[in-house]
Amino acid sequence: MYGGGYIFEESKNGHKEEIDPVKLERFESKIAAGEKIEPADWMPFEYRRQLIRMIEQHAHSEIIGALPEGTWITRAPGFRRKLALMAKVQDEVGHAQLLYSAAETLGKPREVMINDLISGKSKYSNVFNYPAVTWADTAIIAWLIDAGAIINQVANSKGSYGPYCRALERICIEESFHLKYGHDNVVFLATGTPVQRKMVQEALNRWWPPIMHFFGPSDKISVHTETLMKWKVKMASNDDMRQKFLDMYVPKIWELGLTIPDPKLKKNDETGKWEYTEPDWEEFKRVINGDGPCNKERLAVRRRAEEKGEWVRRALMKDKEKYTVPLS
Amino acid sequence: MSLKSLDPRITREELPDVPDNTPLKDIHHWNTFEVFHQSKTGGHHIHVGSLHAPNAEMALILAKEQYARRYNCVNLWVVKTSDILASKKEDEEIFETTPEKLYREASGYKVMEKINKFKNERKKG
Ligand SMILES: [Fe+2]
Ligand SMILES: [Fe+2]
Repeated sequence: MYGGGYIFEESKNGHKEEIDPVKLERFESKIAAGEKIEPADWMPFEYRRQLIRMIEQHAHSEIIGALPEGTWITRAPGFRRKLALMAKVQDEVGHAQLLYSAAETLGKPREVMINDLISGKSKYSNVFNYPAVTWADTAIIAWLIDAGAIINQVANSKGSYGPYCRALERICIEESFHLKYGHDNVVFLATGTPVQRKMVQEALNRWWPPIMHFFGPSDKISVHTETLMKWKVKMASNDDMRQKFLDMYVPKIWELGLTIPDPKLKKNDETGKWEYTEPDWEEFKRVINGDGPCNKERLAVRRRAEEKGEWVRRALMKDKEKYTVPLS
Repeated sequence: MSLKSLDPRITREELPDVPDNTPLKDIHHWNTFEVFHQSKTGGHHIHVGSLHAPNAEMALILAKEQYARRYNCVNLWVVKTSDILASKKEDEEIFETTPEKLYREASGYKVMEKINKFKNERKKG
């Protein structure tokens, strides 16, 4: 799961790519015709670089995203919910594997990506730097964060890079289970006892600001974003995705008698657009740069897991074998 | 000081409370395998993705977890990526004339018109 908070980098000043205009024209007309680009195809350096960055961030978000919910497996209320939560968490880790594979086809090995995550070089979705305080938080995450992820992933699955699209198609099928599972949990609490209702309302209050952050700040209109859109790397604007999310889920939240902690939130009947309090982008920046409630914990947990598993990977290593880039 | 988490199991790990930015000491790469999935008996095995594994047996176990957790699957193949020889992208033109080879296809043979003409002529004759 990942939002539009991708941190696309502006082109590096130093890097001037010599592009063969014939190859570029063939590449761009292929994309314009809706064809997919495959790993062995020619592609501009900038296309490769931005895709690696985006798919890698997406993969990290899946693997880190498994942590806030994962901590609730041992405390899940009841056996069925425990099984379902284990299945969901396993799916998320599986999504990371699929995405790492897709990014690897572009030339960055998986373990190098994991190293960049652990050493703080790569980013992941900001929302996972917040804690799941109660069981109700896991319900809100599984319903609404996954809902946001689906909007983003469905858009991206129509992008131009074949391996990423194929991974996303598999992922989206599993996400629909996550969404249903999350909704079921929220409905159970929202239609339950006053204590349960209070619990889910408080979780929603906690998660609303991160949810509004999820798709990232409004895109700057620049030549850079235009190129990424033309190359079908970026498929929808952050604001459009946020609007779509509000359109689909605010009514579903309201029908449960829950309130959303934003007095300005309403749909403007004339424009058809949602109005809301501008999310606090300073906080977003601060958290994504390391200063959130759980950044330290997430990376420390991930690092510990990596270190604890190291001897197993080493014991099974065959020195003579060379690593091969996956085919597709 | 160690990290205090809402999850007691994490607190018990006594993780350091300061961010650690050191890169990993060794970066080990297991090899990659391509996975093929048969969803029902009688169907083709279809390529579904790749994974990392130290050997083919482990690749098969991981393939089951990664690609056959739900829905039907009756059989899986794993093949070491390096054992696959794929045609080159630059050589794409070797397939260019393939759709034009009508003489290889049933639809390239149309005789009814000739037969009918022949029959008509015989009737008249
Ligand atoms: Fe996911
Ligand atoms: Fe999910």
